[in-house]
Amino acid sequence: MNKIIRGGRVLDPGNIDSIQDIYIKNGLISEAFPDSEANEIIDAKNLIITPGLIDMHVHLREPGHEYKETIETGCHSAAAGGFTAVCSMPNTNPVNDNPQTTRFIIKKASEAGFSRVYPVGAISNNLNGQKMCEYGDLKQAGAIAISDDGMPVENGMLMRRAFEYAKAFDLLVISHCEDLNLAANGSMNEGETSTKLGLVGIPNISESLVVSRDIGLCELADGKLHIAHVSTEESVNVIRDAKKRGIKVTCETAPHYFTLTDKSVGDYDTHAKMNPPLRSENDRLAIITGLKDGTIDIIATDHAPHSALEKDVEFDKAANGIIGLETSLSLGLKLVIDKQINLDDLIVKMSKSPASILGIDNSIKIGNNADLTLIDLSREFLVDSNEFKSKSKNSPFVGWKLKGQAVKTIVSGNVVFDRH
Amino acid sequence: MSFNKKHILDIGSLSHEEITHILDTADSMKEISERPVKKVPTLRGKTIILFFHEPSTRTKVSFDIAAKRLSADSISISSSGSSMVKGETLIDTAKNLQAMRPDIVVMRHSSSGASNILSKVLDTSVINAGDGMHAHPSQSLLDMMSIREVKGDLKGLKVAIIGDIAHSRVARSNMEGLKTMGAEVIISGPPTMIPIGIESYGVKVTYDVNEAVAGADVIIMLRIQKERQENFLFSTEREYSKTFGLNEDRLKLADPNVLIMHPGPMNRGVEISNEVADGPYSVILEQVTNGVALRMALFYLLAGVS
Repeated sequence: MNKIIRGGRVLDPGNIDSIQDIYIKNGLISEAFPDSEANEIIDAKNLIITPGLIDMHVHLREPGHEYKETIETGCHSAAAGGFTAVCSMPNTNPVNDNPQTTRFIIKKASEAGFSRVYPVGAISNNLNGQKMCEYGDLKQAGAIAISDDGMPVENGMLMRRAFEYAKAFDLLVISHCEDLNLAANGSMNEGETSTKLGLVGIPNISESLVVSRDIGLCELADGKLHIAHVSTEESVNVIRDAKKRGIKVTCETAPHYFTLTDKSVGDYDTHAKMNPPLRSENDRLAIITGLKDGTIDIIATDHAPHSALEKDVEFDKAANGIIGLETSLSLGLKLVIDKQINLDDLIVKMSKSPASILGIDNSIKIGNNADLTLIDLSREFLVDSNEFKSKSKNSPFVGWKLKGQAVKTIVSGNVVFDRH
Repeated sequence: MSFNKKHILDIGSLSHEEITHILDTADSMKEISERPVKKVPTLRGKTIILFFHEPSTRTKVSFDIAAKRLSADSISISSSGSSMVKGETLIDTAKNLQAMRPDIVVMRHSSSGASNILSKVLDTSVINAGDGMHAHPSQSLLDMMSIREVKGDLKGLKVAIIGDIAHSRVARSNMEGLKTMGAEVIISGPPTMIPIGIESYGVKVTYDVNEAVAGADVIIMLRIQKERQENFLFSTEREYSKTFGLNEDRLKLADPNVLIMHPGPMNRGVEISNEVADGPYSVILEQVTNGVALRMALFYLLAGVS
């Protein structure tokens, strides 16, 4: 199958920014060929074409929680959000702490035929913080990183050894930073709102303390650390300092942390409940500053599908998490519209940096996989839960009017999502 | 005035006028409990469900008696006897109750915001009888009724609330209500029990109980839950009692006509000494009597009987 993507603005930050055609042959970006050899010519006029977006933090829920999401629906949701690839977190049932599960995820994703999935294996067996998994086997089966996401690794010695041992297999360690004693089973950010609502609060220090610990351990072990879902000003400061000292640390934040604050909990809205929780306005602004100055490398969604069974309950009993794949790009573009970051920066944080952290070359250049996202910056839309491809609807952004959306997602030259 | 509230979920959403109207109505209800035949037909044919998803003696009995004195049919459900122990969700249980066409549902629940959820699912009126650490509006209203009864007006009174503010729904509702009514509120207790952001209530905070007690017109003591020691909120009952408890010596600092209140149940010898609890300034049992009248007033106003 030969394809030409015609007339779009090709934006591969640091590489290309011009109106040009892209030629695809056998799933790869190729030299130009005559129109007569094309099976399809895609009109990309008034669209921008970027290297495929990559979401490093997604919960696909399969195996085990298929009523919330399956690999197929999750990948469909990813494609609809413009993502050509996602990293799937290991807190499934069974946990992805073994090569069989890793292979199962890759096989299912490939059968689904939407976005690529790079499975993240567990740090500890069953995520229980007791024993190290077989990282070598996980890597061989296709795991791209390791993480106990959802659960912090409480034992500092295990975390140290995980950094050290993972080096043998060149595996990135993704850390969910949380001190469970300080978090105290809280259900929202600690502050004026939690006091008013009578909910147990989670202080900022429960995150930044462990961010500090893991940066220290990573430095000691000379490992490779990526910090998941940064939500506080203190964490941003600690990471900024670590980067200045040359430590190999990267980090992500999620769109909700730069868009919302704990005020969104409002009248006990469980769609504003996640872990880490929505923080104060001060933290939200610090996250934006971190995105601007490069302290925060990437935007990832922490896409966490839950059904009404987990969300239509008492606030303190509700599950943590919201879906994010289908609103992430538009919320990122809102930062661009609001002149907080520029478009190049956004594409770096949603595509180029995740790729480089994961060791993937997704540049738009001849010979590379044709993984591309076509974005209509002017498209305005209302976030409608009926349009979500995700099996779950737990989003606090339903009803929001947003501008800018992916209209075509191309993986290996195949259009896996086409918005009509 | 007409009373337009459909639910009583917290105190913060009630205006000065609405609180005054509730207290006035409660005052007029009080006399019914003094009669030889303590019953009026006002709410005959009305059904009130008391849904107590957390243990309670005094509040539940108080609501139940209030309903019966107004001739409403009241039905009590407790969590151990409800299908929620069989795994039914709060919303499903609520919808099933709704299907039986009650007029008012009174709920006590261990989760903050549970009554707010209920009010969104039910067509009937909801009264929050205490939800987690969030609110306990009927307690706060009966406290204000008890204060007003003796002091005439709440405006300008110095009210001290002492104890575990952070975990207390009574403290939250009283801070909101008393501030709305123009009282000066001073909060005291160990710093571990003072929640972050308390300034937003417009109250004064001191860790020195003597300062809080000095010149106080009203002192509301809160129950210390002994299991809180496990969460490192205080050292020992002995030290708590000595430093933050109310005893006769400390009471001498207060206004000579001070009122001592406690929402109960009391830990005698911990937050309040026997002498103070049973002493001449205590209106702790009067609070319980007023509780019935206040809850009768809430039923009456919500049932929309004119």
